[in-house]
Amino acid sequence: MKSLFVILASEGGHEPSPLAVEWIEVVIALVVFGILFFAIWKFVAPNFEKTFTERSAAIEGGLAAAETKQAEADAKLAELEAQLADARHEAARIREEAREQGAAIIAEMREQAQAESTRIVEHGKAQIEAERQQAVTSLRAEVGSLATSLAGRIVGESLDDDARQGRVVERFLAELETGTPGAN
Amino acid sequence: MINVATVTAEKFEAPGPGIFDLPGIAGSEITKPMVQLVLAAILVFGFLFVAARRRALVPGKLQFAGEGAYGFVRNSVARDIIGGHDFQKFVPYLVTVFFFILVNNLFASIPFIQFPTFSRASMAYALAGMSWLVYNAVGVAKHGPLGYLKLQSVPSGVSPAMYPLLVPLEFFSNILVRPVTLALRLFCNMFAGHILLVLFATGGLYLIETASPVNVVAGSLAWVLAIAISFLEILVQFLQAYVFTLLNAMYIQGALADEH
Repeated sequence: MKSLFVILASEGGHEPSPLAVEWIEVVIALVVFGILFFAIWKFVAPNFEKTFTERSAAIEGGLAAAETKQAEADAKLAELEAQLADARHEAARIREEAREQGAAIIAEMREQAQAESTRIVEHGKAQIEAERQQAVTSLRAEVGSLATSLAGRIVGESLDDDARQGRVVERFLAELETGTPGAN
Repeated sequence: MINVATVTAEKFEAPGPGIFDLPGIAGSEITKPMVQLVLAAILVFGFLFVAARRRALVPGKLQFAGEGAYGFVRNSVARDIIGGHDFQKFVPYLVTVFFFILVNNLFASIPFIQFPTFSRASMAYALAGMSWLVYNAVGVAKHGPLGYLKLQSVPSGVSPAMYPLLVPLEFFSNILVRPVTLALRLFCNMFAGHILLVLFATGGLYLIETASPVNVVAGSLAWVLAIAISFLEILVQFLQAYVFTLLNAMYIQGALADEH
């Protein structure tokens, strides 16, 4: 503090106090500051402020546009997904239907084949039965005459030796095979 | 060393307040700090004007630097302190204050200029007086003369019994002391920093010139310290510009506030 007082007191001496007011410097400082302030207020600040406003507007506009685009893309995606789900559903339904139809067709075919085979078997059986019946009837009709015919031959020939007996039988059989009934 | 000191004390003249009294250039009344004021104004305006002129949405280097400088004062001083809707009209003023003081302070560390403009007290008085006018004018314009006087002198939330004590104190500190501290803070920092640097530089030179080995070492050390102090001074120069601007913003905010 002492030195400050010394400095203040020394104004009258040869060395002026550094705290003394030099009016010319005050005025010059104020004038220069005033001009600089005016210049900045007039030419610098509006430009910067405009740039800042424009930039934030551009960024906000860009963000808004991006948001709209995003929303559009989302909607599109949802739509496509819905379509895809529909298509999948449809495909599954068709596949299911086809399988059901296929199964039905197979079952029908199997039934038909079964019926057919049963029918064929029945038919075969019936034919066989009929043929058997026919054979039985014709056999029954023929056995008597054959037996009598054979007996007649046996009796007609002298059955004294085995060779003759054998021949008779063989001839009879040969006649039978050729289908010509033996002369009674 | 004591011997040396006593011997040198006779011959070495420590730098005093006299080093701030520069003679007029070429015999005129115009002194170096006056020229510096003008030069600073030209530099500040030139830089900001060129940087602001292009107004590109995607800034180039120069515009980016200018926007950073302007935006620093605009956002972290004006907007943060004065706040929301009022701050915009004070931005040009605060930007001018900050960069005008900053460049003038930095002149102290720029080679071949090396003189802080605001170590001339009168120039600091000018800016402080102007700040006083600005914040009081803002307050009077908003609250009217009596309303503003009441705002600055009568503290809210205090029982009226304390008024006789507090009202003079508040008036004193808010109206009278503020310009003085503003001016002295700026002036003293610049003044002291410069005188310290000059002391180290001339003292070091003096010691080295004595050519005694001990003194040469001490003188070299003084120069090293002078370099270190120079860097410290750059920080102080920036800080003083910032503090001056910050306080301006705070005073304006206080003058605009509804109660304080």
